[in-house]
Parts: sequence; C-alpha cells; structure tokens
Amino acid sequence: MINASLKDLAAALGAKQISSVELTQLFLDRIARLNPDINAYITVDAGKSLAQATAADALIAQGKAGPLTGIPFAQKDIFCAKGWRTTCGSKMLEKFTAPYDAHIISQFNAAGAVNLGKTNMDEFAMGSSNETSYFGKVQNPWDRARVPGGSSGGSAAAVAARLAPAATGTDTGGSIRQPASLCGLSGLKPTYGVCSRYGMIAFASSLDQAGPMAKSAEDLALMMNVMAGFDSRDSTSLQRDQEDYTRDLNKPLAGLRIGLPKEYFADGLDAGVAKVVQDAIEQYRKLGAQTVEISLPNNKLAIPVYYVLAPAEASSNLSRYDGVRYGHRAAEYTDLLDMYCKSRAEGFGAEVKRRIMIGTYVLSAGYYDAYYLKAQQLRRLIAQDFEQAFQHCDVIMGPAAPGTAFKSGEKTDDPVAMYLEDLYTIAVNLAGLPGMSVPAGFANGLPVGLQIIGNYFDEACMLGIGHQYQQVTDWHTHTPKGIE
Amino acid sequence: MQWEVVIGLETHTQLQTRTKIFSGASTAFGSEPNTQADAVSIALPGVLPVLNREAVQCAIRFGLAIDAEIGRRSVFARKNYFYPDLPKGYQISQYELPVVGKGKLTIQVGDTEKTINITRAHLEEDAGKSLHGDFHGMSGIDLNRAGTPLLEIVTEPDMRSAAEAVAYAKKLHELVQWIGICDGNMQEGSFRCDVNVSVRPKGTDKLGTRREIKNLNSFRFMQQAIEYETRWQIETLEDGGTIHQATVLFDPDTGETRAMRSKEEANDYRYFPDPDLLPLVISEADIAAVKAGMPELPEAMKERFKNEYTLSDYEADYLTSSKAISNYFISATERLVEINPAKWGSRFEALRYYGKIIGNGVSGLLASQLNRDGIEIEDALVSPSQFAELHALLIQEVISSKIARDVFSQMWSANDSDDYLAVKIVEQQGLKQVSDSGAIEAIVDEVLAANAAMVAEYKAGKEKAFNGLVGQCMKASKGKANPAQVNEILKKKLA
Repeated sequence: MINASLKDLAAALGAKQISSVELTQLFLDRIARLNPDINAYITVDAGKSLAQATAADALIAQGKAGPLTGIPFAQKDIFCAKGWRTTCGSKMLEKFTAPYDAHIISQFNAAGAVNLGKTNMDEFAMGSSNETSYFGKVQNPWDRARVPGGSSGGSAAAVAARLAPAATGTDTGGSIRQPASLCGLSGLKPTYGVCSRYGMIAFASSLDQAGPMAKSAEDLALMMNVMAGFDSRDSTSLQRDQEDYTRDLNKPLAGLRIGLPKEYFADGLDAGVAKVVQDAIEQYRKLGAQTVEISLPNNKLAIPVYYVLAPAEASSNLSRYDGVRYGHRAAEYTDLLDMYCKSRAEGFGAEVKRRIMIGTYVLSAGYYDAYYLKAQQLRRLIAQDFEQAFQHCDVIMGPAAPGTAFKSGEKTDDPVAMYLEDLYTIAVNLAGLPGMSVPAGFANGLPVGLQIIGNYFDEACMLGIGHQYQQVTDWHTHTPKGIE
Repeated sequence: MQWEVVIGLETHTQLQTRTKIFSGASTAFGSEPNTQADAVSIALPGVLPVLNREAVQCAIRFGLAIDAEIGRRSVFARKNYFYPDLPKGYQISQYELPVVGKGKLTIQVGDTEKTINITRAHLEEDAGKSLHGDFHGMSGIDLNRAGTPLLEIVTEPDMRSAAEAVAYAKKLHELVQWIGICDGNMQEGSFRCDVNVSVRPKGTDKLGTRREIKNLNSFRFMQQAIEYETRWQIETLEDGGTIHQATVLFDPDTGETRAMRSKEEANDYRYFPDPDLLPLVISEADIAAVKAGMPELPEAMKERFKNEYTLSDYEADYLTSSKAISNYFISATERLVEINPAKWGSRFEALRYYGKIIGNGVSGLLASQLNRDGIEIEDALVSPSQFAELHALLIQEVISSKIARDVFSQMWSANDSDDYLAVKIVEQQGLKQVSDSGAIEAIVDEVLAANAAMVAEYKAGKEKAFNGLVGQCMKASKGKANPAQVNEILKKKLA
C-alpha cells in the first residue's frame, strides 16, 4: 500500500479494501517510527488528520468521492492551514498557528484529501539542502548522511521514505525539482500563476509557485487537477479554463522535438549525472522523439539575476515579521528599535538574514538602477532565450541538478556552491515557465532527475512526456533501503 | 530684502469606498479597535492584496475633475519602512507611474484668480494608528484604518502665500466632496494636508530649501502654521542661518512648528514595483463609464446658473461654492415649483423664474444668516422645503418682502421642522398682506390727514415726500399693506 499510486489508492478506498482512517493511520505509524531520524515533518497532528480521514470515509460511503478523496498528503509547511502550526521552517513562526487556509490547502480539503502533516523546509524556502531549517536538517532516505535537497526537502524525503503517498512543494528557484531529483521523485513546478499563492508564505513573490511532488507523473497530474485554477485572492493568478492535466498522459511521443541546451551539458555538470541524462534522452529517441541542439546563451546570468531579484522581494516580504502582531518577539528590549532588532535577530537564521541584507542593499538609493533594474532587464533576456528556443523544439530537456545528493554540511559554509545547485532550474522561474523533474536513473548509487521544461501552460503535455517515459522505465519505482 | 514664500501641498484624501483598497474589510470610521482588521489588514503570513476597483474609479473621477491625464498603465510600488502601525513593513503606493497625471485647479484669492498646477495624484493605502493611551504600560495599535484607500494629490510649488495655500486646500476639499470621492471630514482624518514651505529672495528663480509641515487637519492651523514657518525661515536666513530640509509638526497650542526629523534621519524607502499586483490598466471604456456617472462640476454649474436663472456672477459663485449649498438651492427651487406651479407653461419656465427668486434668497437672506451664526449650510435651521414655502407666500403676495424677512428670522429661531412653518407663523401673527382696497383707502386717508405738511411738500413738487407718505402708510398697516396698492391709491388721492 505504501508504494501504491494515487489511482490505486483511490481504487482501494473505493473498493473498501482500506478505509481512509486506516490508510492515514498507516502513514502516521510510519511517521512515528521513521520521522524521528528522517525529520521530514515539522508538525504532525494525528487527531486532525484522522478527523479528516473520518470525514473522507463518510464521503466515500455516500459515493461522493473524488479522485483524491481519503488520500493523505504531506503539506509543505509554507502553506497556511487553519488550526495547524505553520512555521515556514523558521523560529520566527515557531508558535504561529494559521487562522486560515491557503488556497492550495482549501483545494485539497475540498477534494476530500487528508492533511497528513506539515513538512520540513529550508527557512522561508531559502536553501537547496534543507539545512537552513530552524527545525533541523532532513535526511535523504537514499543515504541518511546526505541532504534531500531544498527547499522542499521535507516533502521530498517524506515521499521517498514513503511517509506520505505524495506531497506539495513550492519552487522559487528549483525548490521542487532539485529535491525531487535528489530523492528520486517526480516533481512539477507549474507555469507562474497556475496555482494560487494565496496563503503560501511569500519568499520571492514574482517567482514563487506551488506544485506537486509524487512518485510518478500520473500522480502529479491528478494532484494538478486539484491544485491548479484561478483564485481571485491572488492578483497574479491566471484566469483560465479548468484543465484536465491527465488528458495527455497516453499521448504518443512520435515526432516530439526535444531541445537540448548546450549550456546544460557544459562545465559544472557531474559526469555520472550527464550519463544518466543522456541515457534518458536516448530512451526518448526510442519513443519516437527527435532531438535538436539549442542554446540558452543567457543562462549563465540566471543565478546572479536571481540573487538580486529574489532577495530584493524577500527583504520586503519578510518585513512583516517585526514582533509586533504575531511571531517571535524578543523577551526583553529597551525601545521600539531594540524590539525590532532583537526580535528579527533572534527569529531569523543566517541564510535569511544574508538574503534580507542583499535585498535591502540592491534596492537602496544609489544601487537600485545598477542591481535591481539591471536584473529586471536581464530577466527579460533570459525569458527571450526560451522564446527563441521554443521556435525549434516542443520541450527542453537536461539535468535538474548539477549533481546527486551531497553530504550534509558539505556546502553550508559556501553559499555560492549552494546557490549553484540551482544552475539548471532558476532560469525557468525567471521566465515563469513550467519545469518538471522525473527520476531517470542513478549515479554513484543516488537518484538522478531528468528535467523537462515546457512552454507556458504545457503542463499536461509535459506530464504525458513524463508518463510515457515511466511506462518504459522503472526508475520511479525504486525505493531506498531501510524504510520498510 | 524682500522675501517670497513658495508653497506646495500634498493632500491625503481618504476615498469613500465601502471596503479597503486591497481587501474586503470595511472602511467605516469609529469602530472598536481592530474589529475591521482582516487577515490582509494585519498582514498575516501568506495574504495577498487585491485591488478594489472602486478606489480606481474614485481616482479617475478626480482626474477628470481636474482635467488631468489618466494613466493608462500605472504601477503599484512598495514603500518600505518599519513602523508598528504599518503591518507589512511596507506601504503599497504608486511611485514612478501614478494613476492621475498633470492637472489643474483654479482658485480665487480676493479678486484674483490663479491656476494651481497639480503634478500628480496616486493611489495608496493608509496606515493604522498607534494609540498612546495606557495599555498595561504599552502603546496600542489599531489597524482598522490600515488599508483605507487614499488618493495623494500633489501640487507644483505654485502658491505664494498662506492665503493661496488655504484657498487651494479649501477648493480641493470642496471638489473631492463635490465629486463624491471623499467625505472631507478633517477631524476624522479624511482630508489631511502636508505643506512644503520654502522662502527665497523676491525676484529669484531658485527654490530655497523646503521644510514640510506634516498632517495639518484644519484650514486655520494651516494658515497659522504657514505664517509661522515663513516668518521663522525668513528670520533664520536674515540672522545668517541656513535652512535644513526637515519634516516639522505644527503645535496648535503654541502656534509654532518644530522639526520632527531631518533629512539625514529620513528613511530610504527602497521603492520597487509590488510583485503581488499587476500593473493597473485603465481602458477608454473605464474612463467613459466614470465620465457617464460624473456629477456636473462647480464651474459648469455656475455658468448654467448664470444663464438659466439670470443670476449674477456673485450669486452663482456662492450657490456653487459647495455641494451642500447647490443642493440646498436646487431642492428649494424644485420644491417651490411643486408648491406653486400656477401660470407657467412648462416646468422649465417655472424653474427659470423660481430659480432666480430662490437664488437671490439663498445667496442673500440665507447666506447672511449663516454668516452671522458662523455655521455651514448643512446646519441651517430652515430647511430647503421651509425656505420654499416662505417664498411661495412672497410670490403669492400673501406677505411682503419685509414681512418675509421677519418671518424668516422667526423660523430660524423656532427650530421647528414643520414644512408649513412659514404659513403657521403668518397666520398665527396675522401677518397676511392687506390687499383689501377699502381697508387701504382708510389707512391712506388717515395718513394724509395726519401729515398735512408732507402733502403740501409733495404738492409743491417735492417727489421725495411721496416716498415718505408710502412709508407712513406701511407703518400704519404694520407692514402688511400691499405696497403696490398703497402706491396706487396714494397717487390717486393726491392727484
């Protein structure tokens, strides 16, 4: 049951082979047993989860079940969920209980899904290893000494260790795709604006996007059917017709034109990862796809541009954590300024402070034009690279991350090395495009993800491309040892 | 040396929308602290702003009223600073691209008209309030006001005296109420002015260093503050000192301004476009829709009153000096047409005729009473309907204009909302005009007999004596005799 697809779980629930309460309890038991080491969850509340499971069982009994009714999901702790502690991985919100549901949470609730718990993450989603979390690092189930990636590292580890059938994540610069790659999962970052950001704690508003993390592309499609859609409470949410993201799962790939950016196969890419990715592309050729070399000449600018824009937005987004209304407030202070300084100094971790300082600097009078404005102009160029590329291909493929999971602590003292983890993912966020990672094999005994980048709103097509691959390969079915 | 003061204003007008500019919370004033603070108002983690189109319509309305360009694409920006009553740590405002561009407003100071150029007007959200009462030894924060829509209206440094600045502020105050975008309540902070003041030697072009007087909430204080600040700056310069750019507060108790913070201490607001909001795009259709719902503006109404009711420039100006006055005038005129539709072929003709009468009355009789009492027309003790009833009696020659003035005074003191108060007073006191020719002849005879000397003077060719005799007749009738009939009968008897 722990390896079952969402479709199989729905069938088992529908056939009364298992109840939602039993299924939820099964995962809660696993969490109780394995989470103390893996640390994928920050908050588990069995009472709340089982109450939802009971309600789901009633729906199933009444024949009112939808495709996800009764299935438990792990929710990244960046989504506000009413009555649940919602920390965003920060001491600042250690004691914050959300009084409302994020759009994504209410969509899962409306679908009759069960919230299994809130998953660990890099503090305010700032990190690529889950090591900036105030609630401790997360183990990669494939090698417990290694990181699961980040910032959605808790969600990735939870699904990889079968502590949840599937999970939500968010992706600002690669935070779904990189941990999916490092943990052997399928993960999708949709087109910016497809999933509402309402109730999703902001890191960099113009880049943040929620998405699903699961065992297969098919599972991602089923989750997208619940997560995507217009929400008037988010002004950047796109007003589009509701889609069925499963519609292209069985579409043959003959004639598909795959673009291979030469910049993605250059310096900085681990040789083992390169081999796995090349093999995957060979598999696609066998499925009838053609490949064409393309160029994304401005890709090299993506990381510097991102590390101007994302911190700029973050420095402003995180100003609300001032100790006045909620969140951490220093125990003692002499005056207002002292209260602000101490509360924020105590409440935020080093990486968050680093980015607030970078962001404040690049927006300052005298520096704005040279940094923020220039970065905005370059962002446009980066997006144009993709527009050009999509003249010649239908999708772009390459690695999701430059290497496999690295050792805990290996990059914590070298922020730039850490930032390079997002070498292949960041440009996609800057352009607002959809990106996906699917398991494509192993290098050095660790999972490797293939990244598939689509044009705007091509999620359904991309999911089909992932699914067709998963029909002829079994990389996505491998499980780590020691999670039985 | 001769000095010249240069003044520019920034006015924050709270827009009369039902809900806040970026959330569905109510904007009503005076509720219990924090009862109108929803998740967006208190900036909970994860909440997002959604623009209230009603606020945009108010901005367009204002733009049209001052003949300004409407920004077809304007951008919301974040103004970053920490303050306890600023929940997000930034204020959503507009910076580089405002919703309303260059416009103008014409003011009158004494007999001189002057056009004040408006640089821009932009939408932004209001902050909450810090309450410095005692809350267990701490300050309190009330976020009811946080997120109330504001239109900040900025002028060029076009004003050259406190009188001009106050005239502009008053004119703007009237206009925003006239077009229904702001309730104008200065006590509640719906209309707040920041005044930039600098001085320079007369005849020079270069602007002096300015100091900004913050948050003036009455015109009287504005006048005092500018006058004090101007004197202070001139004295400082004449004593060899220099003016440093600063923000100052006016203390009404001392009548002085004092520096709050200097430029060095000023925040670097780190403005940047708000990524949570798309650029505000205003279409031709949006503008046309607002235009269609626009009330007639004071200038146009004034011209119409002059033409339609043959009112003087002075009268028309008074009648359009506020929405309340024009409303009073219009409703009294319409009421009069209702009461006394006789003899007019059409409603239009009736309006033309009665408009003149009521226009004279409102700008004369009523205006001087308001002036004497020092109150606004909203607080008038005679309603438009009562005012119309009074004038109906006059037109129907039930009372003379002199009696009408007395009755008006009595109505004012009576504080009685009865529509037929004028009739009641006239009947109770027997003030009806006497038009019975027999009765008037008797009075005339009496007067002629008692004033032989005057009669002789008149007969000797002294025309003036005739007026004296008329006066005597009126006096003898206690003002009730129909003056026209008195004239006629007197002439006949003296012939």
